[in-house]
Amino acid sequence: MDLNYSQEESAFRDEVRGWLKVNLPKDLRDKIANYDELSRDDLMRWHKILAKQGWVAPAWPKEFGGTSWNVVQRYIFEEECGFAGTPPLIPFGLSMCGPVILRFGTPEQKKRFLPGIYNGDVFWCQGYSEPGSGSDLASLKTKAERSGDHYIVNGQKIWTTLGHYADWIFCLVRTDSSLSKRQEGISFLLIDMKTPGITVRPLILMDGGHEVNEVFFDNVKVPAENLIYEEGKGWTVAKYLLGHERMNTGRIGGSKRELAKLKEFAGKQKGDDGKPLIEDARFRDKLTRVEVELMALEITNLRFLDQMRRSGQPPGADVSMLKIKGTEIQQSLTELSMQAVGPMAQPFKSVANDAEFDEFTAGLAPRYCNFRKTTIYAGSNEIQRNIISKMTLGL
Amino acid sequence: MNFDYNEEQQLLADSVRRYLAKDYAFEARKKIVASKDGWSPQVWAQLAEMGLTGLPFSPDYGGFGGGAVDLMGVMEAAGDALLVEPYLATVGLGAQFVARAGSDAQKKAILPAVVEGKLKMAFAHTEMGARYNLAKVEATAKKAGAGWEITGEKFVVLGAPAAEKFVVSAKTDKGLSLFLVEKNAATVKAYVTLDEQRAGDVALKNSKAELLGTEGGALPVIEEVVDYATALVCAEAVGAMKFACDTTLEYLKTRKQFGVTIGTFQALQHRMVDMFVSYEQAKSMACLAASKADSPVDAKDRARSISAAKIKIADNCRHISQEAIQLHGGMGMTDEMKVSHTFKRLTMIAQQFGDADHHLARFAQLN
Repeated sequence: MDLNYSQEESAFRDEVRGWLKVNLPKDLRDKIANYDELSRDDLMRWHKILAKQGWVAPAWPKEFGGTSWNVVQRYIFEEECGFAGTPPLIPFGLSMCGPVILRFGTPEQKKRFLPGIYNGDVFWCQGYSEPGSGSDLASLKTKAERSGDHYIVNGQKIWTTLGHYADWIFCLVRTDSSLSKRQEGISFLLIDMKTPGITVRPLILMDGGHEVNEVFFDNVKVPAENLIYEEGKGWTVAKYLLGHERMNTGRIGGSKRELAKLKEFAGKQKGDDGKPLIEDARFRDKLTRVEVELMALEITNLRFLDQMRRSGQPPGADVSMLKIKGTEIQQSLTELSMQAVGPMAQPFKSVANDAEFDEFTAGLAPRYCNFRKTTIYAGSNEIQRNIISKMTLGL
Repeated sequence: MNFDYNEEQQLLADSVRRYLAKDYAFEARKKIVASKDGWSPQVWAQLAEMGLTGLPFSPDYGGFGGGAVDLMGVMEAAGDALLVEPYLATVGLGAQFVARAGSDAQKKAILPAVVEGKLKMAFAHTEMGARYNLAKVEATAKKAGAGWEITGEKFVVLGAPAAEKFVVSAKTDKGLSLFLVEKNAATVKAYVTLDEQRAGDVALKNSKAELLGTEGGALPVIEEVVDYATALVCAEAVGAMKFACDTTLEYLKTRKQFGVTIGTFQALQHRMVDMFVSYEQAKSMACLAASKADSPVDAKDRARSISAAKIKIADNCRHISQEAIQLHGGMGMTDEMKVSHTFKRLTMIAQQFGDADHHLARFAQLN
């Protein structure tokens, strides 16, 4: 048993770390550090920098630009990005639609869509959830009716992350509602967001941010050639996509960065007694428990990767566990950060005059609000428990 | 990076597990617990036969030179079986002091006997009111002829009733020091602990003693050995947690209420899932503890890792043991179910060698 990275793995980590140090633009680094909202340009600029380096889609086959890294290298890369504080790589194209097209797409579809995803010329979003279909995704109602060489799409998607930036959306739609097994009438369709009949309406969250949207489809005409795999086999595609989660489900690198920041920051903040807050046993013990949970999760994640590397199997329900613990840790860190500033958490960033308020401090409470999403999105933590219960425990 | 046991470690862990499953099943263990001495000479001989009493000691003294990771699988098996033999007291504590601080002559006199299973030891250190503060010792030692004499009282000395030789801490003019004391030079008041192990209070009055290690230099050695023993109980906890999780899962799949197995209820499924998540997190920290326990290079890094591990282990001992009882319902409360005994061992491990609060404070100091 050896918990340390091998020499080669350490060298790889150092290479990635060194490269990020030089190539992550300062303005983007600062925006992340201050929890600023990122524009489409910010996101795509970083995407293109990685694409140029050949590191934007590590898991893709080599011929389409993949890196041939093993699972441990992929994990190291993603965690180093998190630790350095890079803008996120938006997963909808690179880790979701891309792998689906690689697996199920026709040669024409691959040729047409993959280069745009890889190079960051086309911004994708995901059309899964609907107002009545959250955790119970298979109940979705958005309808696509075949009419000649087109589908006519009617319905509504919700929680469409960055839909307002997107050029294209991949959707689960119902092509047959007559079947008793709900999963069987679903298809996977690619839709150009510029098509007439599509309306994007922002959903402003309680932190004041615009991340998610509602997308309405009103007689939207979609060419049949945009269907992925077979009609009615969309659920198979969706399930495949779930197995292609990223390696950094636990977001350990990012949480390590936030923890280091919080420790530094709580060392400067004064408690009621005028001593550094971090010396207050009540605060410090909460912080330590999060730190220890994070240490444990990092080792747990590495243990799973080690198993995967050995068995060659894709991650199973283990990923659910990383999601549960990882998001709990992220939330605890935002909560403690907000708690650390005490009464100064009250001025609201989006309303306060930035000249008079410390932007970082004012960003902490909205971030706390925003991070409540983490235990809800990407399969709520209760759904993750259902998955472990069924897949791992056999209940 | 590699989280597997190597072949030798796996073979050893498997053979210990097989042996305990066969000869140390719950009913057999019950008889040992109820016996006068509360441990079994036959089992002890078998542990020695399998090489377990010699596992961590140098081949110079007949041992196998194993590290804490080598003992991890053994301790997991011990946790699963709820081993009550004085293994931790002898191999994880008493003899460790001799191996780390003893003179060549002391090592030669003691370690081969420990390796062969002929000598059991105990670490008599904790005093009334010291709680988990390892530096707080009132017992005193003074020179008497060529040797020393110790006076003081030690409490809850694990394995004391079975021990033939004690390692005792006491203060001299030069500070905290360690001594070897023969069984017949001490008075032992023996009792059973909540988790059915044997311990005792050890009274020393001008008791003949032999200096072990450097006079006044005991504290770093005590911290090192207690960290080592802490790593071992972390592994033992993981074995006990695994049993608690497995047996609870089995219960959810068989126990019926309202015409269905209770494992079909989502309220219970999610609690069961959280137990397994707790177990995996605890196991990760036990791996960390074992991998750092005998690295002599960086005492601060070692102590920090061990404390981090013990915080997690202590918290998750409580979580898993309490949930295991709750999900078993009334049956979990009964003495006849093994899970209630596992509950008691996990309860005690949570506060053995420092509870979560103690290690939270220590971790913060080392940060």
